[in-house]
Amino acid sequence: MLSKRIIICLDVREGKTTKGIKFKRNVDIGDPVAMAAQYYEQGVDELVFYDITASSDKRDIIIDVVENVAKEIFIPFSVGGGIRSLDDMHRVLAAGAEKISINTAAVEDPDLIYKGAKAFGSQCIVLGMDAKRVEKTPSIPSGYEVYIHGGRTPVAMDAIQWARRAQDLGAGEICLNSIDADGTNAGYELILTSLLSEAVSIPVIASGGAGEPQHLYDVFNSSGADAALIASMVHYQRYTVAQIKEYLAQKGVPVRTFI
Amino acid sequence: MIAIIDYEAGNLTSVARALRHIGVECRITKQHDEILASERVIFPGVGAAGEAMEIIRREGLDGVIRETIEQGKPFLGICLGAQIILGESEEDNGTPCLGIIPGTAKRFRSEGIKIPHMGWNDISIARSHPLLEGVDARAQFYFVHSYYPAPEKQEDIIATTDYGLIFASIIGHGNVIATQFHLEKSGRHGLQILKNFCSWNGRE
Repeated sequence: MLSKRIIICLDVREGKTTKGIKFKRNVDIGDPVAMAAQYYEQGVDELVFYDITASSDKRDIIIDVVENVAKEIFIPFSVGGGIRSLDDMHRVLAAGAEKISINTAAVEDPDLIYKGAKAFGSQCIVLGMDAKRVEKTPSIPSGYEVYIHGGRTPVAMDAIQWARRAQDLGAGEICLNSIDADGTNAGYELILTSLLSEAVSIPVIASGGAGEPQHLYDVFNSSGADAALIASMVHYQRYTVAQIKEYLAQKGVPVRTFI
Repeated sequence: MIAIIDYEAGNLTSVARALRHIGVECRITKQHDEILASERVIFPGVGAAGEAMEIIRREGLDGVIRETIEQGKPFLGICLGAQIILGESEEDNGTPCLGIIPGTAKRFRSEGIKIPHMGWNDISIARSHPLLEGVDARAQFYFVHSYYPAPEKQEDIIATTDYGLIFASIIGHGNVIATQFHLEKSGRHGLQILKNFCSWNGRE
């Protein structure tokens, strides 16, 4: 049976892993390459690196990280943050990443999804979507609005409509980051994750809010998510990947436990 | 030396990195003489069958692949490599493929499943094979695909996987073997199969 995937997210700023709360107040917590190797050994199913380096002139740092990670780990991993062109995508993939996550650039230029999928295949293109609960309006019927620029700028687009459009343009997967839940350790945004899973036929990754293994159970059990992103609950050694998987397996969630 | 066939797409470097990690020399190449002189050949890949076959034909690689297989050289297909060795693929409105193993690459159509089939899944071994030596039955492997191999002959199926339907996830015949899942992205167990391939004599 297809396992539910546990994906660890590493926010990388100038070569270091950082962690923020509600997209702010980032602190450095370690070397991304060493952390990736450690999580690979623990049995994580996939990794995501978000390059949150502000200035584009430091972009080469993430390519170095990707190359070094690719030498050490033999599971899929994706890279997001600041990828704006086919050329950027090519560089990241050539450095060893499996997938590209695009967020702000896809909103500003939806055609980038189509071009990326055509050039590298849909399986390479992950739509990263930051969404926040708002009042329902005719232009935002789901009550969830898309944000860009690392969760700072609302764009008056409906999250569900945008996800469907991205799927039609060729996105192979959607990583849904809930701005409301991010960094709270209070659990995933289950309502939006359910809405999205029903609305698209490509895999959905739930992101933001995981603090306890129970939260992963909830999102897998009730929202139809195919994968769940975690960060602080493992970065701060509260849990190991094995502990989380064991918990899920005991509750009947299909997970990869034989590493 | 292992030749990784360069058809200008796919995750060629990931396979090369995995081989280097297990201490095996390889070269990504489309040079006919280099492929023919190699000890064994890998055809990895992601991408669409139509475009891949177009490049294979344009570069004359179809003839070279057939020749290396006739030589008895161990040949490993990965992902798209498990599809283009069949007779045809349903992808891109029907694509004639290499016809090394009789069969078709079919699109997933089952109700209630997400496409692509993406993530870690089990394999169920249909018949023993030297490449599966030391591979635990509990091991899972990483899949990403929308089409699956459907070989005509039962004997060409080495392992199966359940995703809406039971499909052939490892196929093989003689010195040819191919996995629908990504050996280079399937952790320790994927690397074990790669290692087994690197010492395989091409006989079942």
